[in-house]
Amino acid sequence: MQNKSNMSVFLKGILKENPVLVLILGTCPTLATTTTVTGAFGMGIAALVVLICSNVFISLLRKIIPDNVRIPCYIVIIAGFVTIVQMIVKAFFPVIDSLLGVYLPLITVNCIILGRAEMFASKNNVVKSALDGMGMGIGFTLALCGMAFIREVFGNATFAGIEIPFLVPYKIDFLVKSPGGLLVFGMLIALVYVLTHGKAPIKREFSCAGCPSAGSCHTGSCQLKGDEQ
Amino acid sequence: MSNNLKLSVSPHIHSGNSTSTIMLDVIVALIPATVAGCIIFGLRSCLVLAACIVSCVLFEFLYNLILKKEQTIGDFSAVVTGLLLGLNLPANIPIWQCIIGSFIAIIIVKCLFGGIGCNIVNPAITARVFMLVSFGTMTTAAMPTVVDTVAGATPLSAETIEQSIGELFLGLKGGAIGETCILALVVGLVYLLVRKVISWHIPLTFIGTVYICSFFMEGLDPIKALAMILSGGLFIGAIFMATDYVTSPSTAWGKVVFGVGAGLLTFLIRYFGDYPEGVSFAILFFNILTPYIEKWTKHKVLLAGGKKA
Repeated sequence: MQNKSNMSVFLKGILKENPVLVLILGTCPTLATTTTVTGAFGMGIAALVVLICSNVFISLLRKIIPDNVRIPCYIVIIAGFVTIVQMIVKAFFPVIDSLLGVYLPLITVNCIILGRAEMFASKNNVVKSALDGMGMGIGFTLALCGMAFIREVFGNATFAGIEIPFLVPYKIDFLVKSPGGLLVFGMLIALVYVLTHGKAPIKREFSCAGCPSAGSCHTGSCQLKGDEQ
Repeated sequence: MSNNLKLSVSPHIHSGNSTSTIMLDVIVALIPATVAGCIIFGLRSCLVLAACIVSCVLFEFLYNLILKKEQTIGDFSAVVTGLLLGLNLPANIPIWQCIIGSFIAIIIVKCLFGGIGCNIVNPAITARVFMLVSFGTMTTAAMPTVVDTVAGATPLSAETIEQSIGELFLGLKGGAIGETCILALVVGLVYLLVRKVISWHIPLTFIGTVYICSFFMEGLDPIKALAMILSGGLFIGAIFMATDYVTSPSTAWGKVVFGVGAGLLTFLIRYFGDYPEGVSFAILFFNILTPYIEKWTKHKVLLAGGKKA
């Protein structure tokens, strides 16, 4: 696993291990910010920046951080970058700031960022961690934008705030509401499963090979737990 | 002689019922309501019903064709879903909305969960809720074309309570195509009970709960409470939607729990909720609770040793 090429580390985040649609991480911001394409894009880019920075820093500090307190340490590092991103967004992109609201500071506890820190950055070198962060961030952004595109265009008959006239009489309000978000989310998960010809990990297989994090996790600790039960 | 001696596991006696005969019974039971709806709301309602039925059957046909599954349109369940969905829509609804509703009912609720018998919620009721949340046209109900009535905003607003009970019973009021004519729905109920397609538990407890709660809420006025249960989609919901085999409990006590619970929720939504009508939400909610109700009201198996090992 360690000698995986840098390219595959980068690419796997986009489709094969897409954080939202395959690993099912970070569902809260996914459902909450995909009512508009602008909001989804802003969210994706903000998370991408935080993800790359935190992955690099955690990878650099992985030998220094004591194992027992690693999660608080990760959170502190991530929160630092989130604060920086939040200040930048507030100063230069007030529209996106008002769209994202509380979900911008909540990137701190986004599962994707903590998950990649725990599963990848704490075990790999700086270059690979940066590439992993970039791939995962782009995968997150693409998934969010895809979902937001469907929800905004068909639910609200607008694209990034611009009205699409011929769709206005045919809008389906349901898609903009939260149950519609879950519906589109489920459909996209199914679509990705079909696109990867079912090669995307199957959740029901309770073995290391069936785990979506198998590529980056070598401890097998969860496997041991499963055996004990 | 040896050919006559067949060995098989129980049950040995087959009642002759199959999915298609039950579905045909339901269709027959819905005919009075369909005819009444077409008379009350005019030709436009026939168009809505036809659009729903045709698109439901077509969606199921295409899904099975594209995914190379066994063709299941012959069991008439798609026809029943389409008919029920159409009867739950107002006559003035645009046709493309009917088609989207049919898509939700058949493809998303039924086929993606594994076809007939595998859906966790009733397809027609889910499609109705979807359309209720999506389209504004659903809440401004069509008015009958056969009589002159004062146009009211919703079928359950204060004005309609003052309408005479007789008019409510015959269905001369605004609402969805099939839900207004209580007389026709009760004829359908009697048919289904006689044919033993459904049992009395869910319809009786459902409607009874709403009546009792409304009776107390309306200051012990039996007439107002009667008007309350005759309004909206309570009868069609309690008779045809809540009694769906797949999504309602199979035990008698389970059915009582389902009926009382859905009735209570309908009452709460009607009096305290944002939406004027709560029958479809209540049924949908209890569809989801059905597996748990079934678990709580499970028959104790005789001689099974009481407690679980």
